[in-house]
Order: sequence, then structure tokens, then C-alpha cells
Amino acid sequence: MSITTDICIIGAGPVGLFAVFEAGLLKMRCHLIDALPQVGGQLSEIYPKKPIYDIPGFPEIKAQELVDNLMKQIEPFKPTFTLGEKVSGLEKHDVGFTVTTTDATEVQCKVVVIAGGLGCFEPRKPELANLERFEGRGVTYMVKDPEHFRAKKLVIAGGGDSALDWTIHLADIAEEITLIHRNETFRGAPDSAEKVFELARQQRVKLMLSTNLQSLNGNGVLKSVVYEDKNKNTGEIEADFLIPLYGLSPKLGPIADWNLNLDKNAIVVNTFDYSTSVDGIFAIGDINTYPGKLKLILSGFHEAALMAQSAFKFVYPDQKLSFKYTTVNGVNAF
Amino acid sequence: MVTFHVEDQSGNSRHLEAPVDMSLSLMEFLKASDYNILATCGGMALCATCHVTVLDGEQNLSPANDTEMDMIDTLPNAKASSRLACQIRISPQLQDVRFRLMEGE
Repeated sequence: MSITTDICIIGAGPVGLFAVFEAGLLKMRCHLIDALPQVGGQLSEIYPKKPIYDIPGFPEIKAQELVDNLMKQIEPFKPTFTLGEKVSGLEKHDVGFTVTTTDATEVQCKVVVIAGGLGCFEPRKPELANLERFEGRGVTYMVKDPEHFRAKKLVIAGGGDSALDWTIHLADIAEEITLIHRNETFRGAPDSAEKVFELARQQRVKLMLSTNLQSLNGNGVLKSVVYEDKNKNTGEIEADFLIPLYGLSPKLGPIADWNLNLDKNAIVVNTFDYSTSVDGIFAIGDINTYPGKLKLILSGFHEAALMAQSAFKFVYPDQKLSFKYTTVNGVNAF
Repeated sequence: MVTFHVEDQSGNSRHLEAPVDMSLSLMEFLKASDYNILATCGGMALCATCHVTVLDGEQNLSPANDTEMDMIDTLPNAKASSRLACQIRISPQLQDVRFRLMEGE
């Protein structure tokens, strides 16, 4: 699927959404991409019902209400969305860019605005010396197709809900399944924990508590997993697959490879217009950094407004921009 | 003011003196003191990039709440004394406590 727009906004959180409004006032069309299946970023995904107290003009507003209001506010500018897809690539042309996603969506645009917030959430990896050597060769961080594991020997590591749920689900599919957890108890859903203990009693799951992963063995592909128990005894389990399920951690993802100046996982911007070190790419909201940066939604809104003023010259290089108030001009829909 | 000890990722140890009346978290204070902490999520116990272990004085600290415990429980390198610095308030309870910063991700 190929989309052509003026501005491609990466991240559909509150700041990405408000950027549509500021761009729209200047007659620039926007397409937004977000890895999450819905708009709103962390507000909708993590704390939709939490009240926010520092949005100007709203003494108190629930996070999801703010997102709903923003969607209403940008509606006149008819933004388009690609949701549930991660941005994977960026190609810079003489004029404009092509942004591609993991699902092969292509966005042709004149300006890229990164409003990625915390970044995209990627699997947290255990600290094992030769882990990367076995990634894709026995070590996998997610279960896409359970059938892939049929009649295989699996080691699952972790103690959260996803470790418990996949252990239960894969118990009927795998030939042998071992769950390694560093504690004696599970903090995941009690029902799931009870099911896992029951599967262990039935010897359908081998449960190794107070145990840590220590190293991996194999010649090209994974053959076994070495563990250490609470008494510091080590042992080895034959395994076709190791599935570490240690939750997700926010990362910059492929954006880290776009030759942008970075500082501690944030994109360094010029506060004149929140432009990055690459011409035509801007970064606004929590993902950017500059002296005095405050990770606040209201700061992101301000950044979006200034970004739009500079983005204008990439979209309409031959036109002169004159600043207008909405109180004078209203909001002229596309 | 309260004084506590912090050992960074390279093993360097420092005494730090922090104000108790500014409603700061340990993460905020460590960032302001130029420690190498990402604190990506800004203090919501979502990213665990401010993971510390308590070497000494754990019993003086307020216990971790469920949100913090849930996050710590997912960390592959968690220890029994693991905490998230963003969830620890700078208070007189921190007097003489020793923290070690864990490796960043």
C-alpha cells in the first residue's frame, strides 16, 4: 500500500495528533503511523482513565478524553492513519522521503515528524553472553505461530503473565516444556499461576523456580540452555527453543539508525523549530531532547506549533507563510 | 538534607547529599547529579531504566508497591534487593542507604 501526503507523523500520541492541527492550519496534510492498534499513544494504552492536571484550560481531564478531544479537533483536516504497524525504514530523496513499515506500507512525504514518545516497546532481553548468536536460531522473543513449536523442546523464561499464559498454551503443543523463573512465586494472574502449578504436578510442564538462565550452547543452532539454581548448582536442559518473556521495554527502534544526533536514547533538536540534524525531519514530544526539556504534553503541543511553521517551507517552497490566529480566520477544513 | 551512597555502573562510589523537602524521586536526583540513567518513561515505572539494587539499608525504605514489583519481576537481571529509583522518594529514610545502579539497557 502506498500513501502520498505532505507530512508523515511517526507516533499517534497526543503530540502527534496535535501536530495534525497545527499542520492543517497551514494547509499541510498528514498521515500518522503508530505501532499500537489505536491512536493516543501511552495515554490510551497505559493510563486511559488517569486524570491529567496540567493541560491548559482543563483543570482535570482523563487521558482518553484528551485523546478523544484531539481526534475531534483534527477531524477537519482529515488525517489518515496506519495503525498497528511499526516504522522500519526511511529513505531520503532529493525532495522528500519514503517511510516504510514492517507491513510494507509506503508513505511518500515531504516532511517527517517523529512524535514517537517513549519509542516502540521491544522485548527485554536477558544478559547472556552469546544470546545474539542464537537469535532466530532457537532464541525467540515472541510466539507468533504456536504451531512452530509443535513437538519441540522448549524453555520459557520469565514470571509474568505472558510467560505463564504461553506455558499453559504451549503445554499441549510442545514435546517438552520447561518454565524457568527466578522467584519462588509468580506475580502474574493467580489463575494462570495455579494452572501452571497444576501442569507441573501432572508433569506436563517442568517448573524450575528460584532458577536463573546462565548460558546457551549449540553449534549454529540452539541445543541446550544452562541454568543455575538457588543453591548455585548448574544444570543443562536440551532445548530446540528458548523463549525469554521478560516484558517489553521502550526503545528508539529503527529510528536509531537514521543518522540523527542522539543523546541517551532521545533525538537532539534545535529549539528554533524542533528540527533534527537531518533536513526535513523534525522530532517533537517526549522523544526529543534539548537543554531544559520537560517531558510534558503541553511542551509537545508548543513544539508541534513551531515545527509546523518550519515544515511549511518544505511543503510549499515557493510560498511565503503569514501567521494567522484561529480567532480571526477560524479553522478552514480541507 | 539526607546523605546516602551510590555506586555507579563502573563501580565508583559517592556520598550524595539530597534535599528532603523538594518532593524528588531518587531517579530525578540521580539524573540531576549526572548519573547515566535513561529514565525513558519519566517516572511512571514503565521502562525500568532506573533499576537499582539496595546494597545496604533496604529495611529503611518504604516497600515497593504493586506497580513497581510487577515491573521489577519482569526484569531478567532483577535481584532480591532490586528497586526502581523513580519510585523511591528522597526522604530521611534514605540516610546511609547504599544503592548500586544496574547496567542500563
